[in-house]
Amino acid sequence: MNGGDTAGRLVRPFTLTGGRTRPDRGDFTLITMVIAVDPPPDGSTRLQPEHGRILRLCAEPIVVAELATRLDLPVSVVSIMLCDLLQAGRIVVQPPRPVSRTTDLELLQKVREGLDRL
Amino acid sequence: MTGSDATAQGVTAPDTVKILIAGGFGVGKTTMVGSVSEIVPLRTEEPLTMAGLGVDDLNGIEEKRATTVALDFGRITISQDLVLYLFGTPGQQRFWFMWNDLAIGALGAVVLVDVRRPESSFAAIDFFERRRIPFVIGVNGFHGLHPYAPEEIREALALPDGAQVLLCDARERGSCREVLTALIDQLIATTARANGHPARTS
Ligand SMILES: Nc1nc2c(ncn2[C@@H]2O[C@H](COP(=O)(O)OP(=O)(O)O)[C@@H](O)[C@H]2O)c(=O)[nH]1
Ligand SMILES: [Mg+2]
Repeated sequence: MNGGDTAGRLVRPFTLTGGRTRPDRGDFTLITMVIAVDPPPDGSTRLQPEHGRILRLCAEPIVVAELATRLDLPVSVVSIMLCDLLQAGRIVVQPPRPVSRTTDLELLQKVREGLDRL
Repeated sequence: MTGSDATAQGVTAPDTVKILIAGGFGVGKTTMVGSVSEIVPLRTEEPLTMAGLGVDDLNGIEEKRATTVALDFGRITISQDLVLYLFGTPGQQRFWFMWNDLAIGALGAVVLVDVRRPESSFAAIDFFERRRIPFVIGVNGFHGLHPYAPEEIREALALPDGAQVLLCDARERGSCREVLTALIDQLIATTARANGHPARTS
């Protein structure tokens, strides 16, 4: 059955990424992790100084909110620059853990244990 | 977009989740974030116009200078692969457009209440109730005083029977942890019930 196949293909990439959808360009949430690509891809163009600063700050994974604070810039401005960097292949992003109200008992128990250790 | 996703590139970063700390101005949101965060609460400023507010909506804002909104946040590393962020959200109703963004993907919320002026937290309670975002009430006892029992507060706030009301001290880590734990236990119970398992909380 052809119809079943099509449906399967539509669902598959979503399952492969653990239920995470790929971020839209410009869809940086406050807790989206940003990581610099090291080494930079071949043929990378020169960057503006602010972009360079961002890349240095995200040599280690860092969330957008923290990045904005370190740069002392509004989140909305930082997001625009992150879009540029994403487009240029200089960063990769990891969207937040999707929150489902009904399934993720394991995640909640992990958070619970983490709080107990606090 | 192939290749922009961290996992696709074999890069590992911790998973991130968040909890919102809401309530009126001066109820102790920043204090609570600071009490449990492993970093000094950080602050970002968001210009109102850029955050998607129409010009007309700015009419209600008396202060011309009040064109940015501050957002506090803190961090709790749960494990190597999971980090919890806490966001202290601006309490006033005029910032609701921002709460919408903040609420997306949040595990739940703590609404802090100052019993001397509980009405300052009504907007926050309304917001989470309407959007069916799980929350608990933390009654921040200024000067360690708790003149009302949780039951009285639940009634005064017209909360549903099951709603948790916890007396707390936003300055104390242990006390804040209890509030957060109560929220997580509530989520665990709801999730377990939805999955057809009996709730198991320790
Ligand atoms: N005595 C006392 N002061 C508190 C308590 N919680 C917060 N405060 C103080 O109340 C003021 C407002 O608290 P803050 O956390 O900034 O409120 P926010 O506007 O909700 O972020 C600050 O000066 C705090 O130091 C408390 O439990 N007891
Ligand atoms: Mg504050």
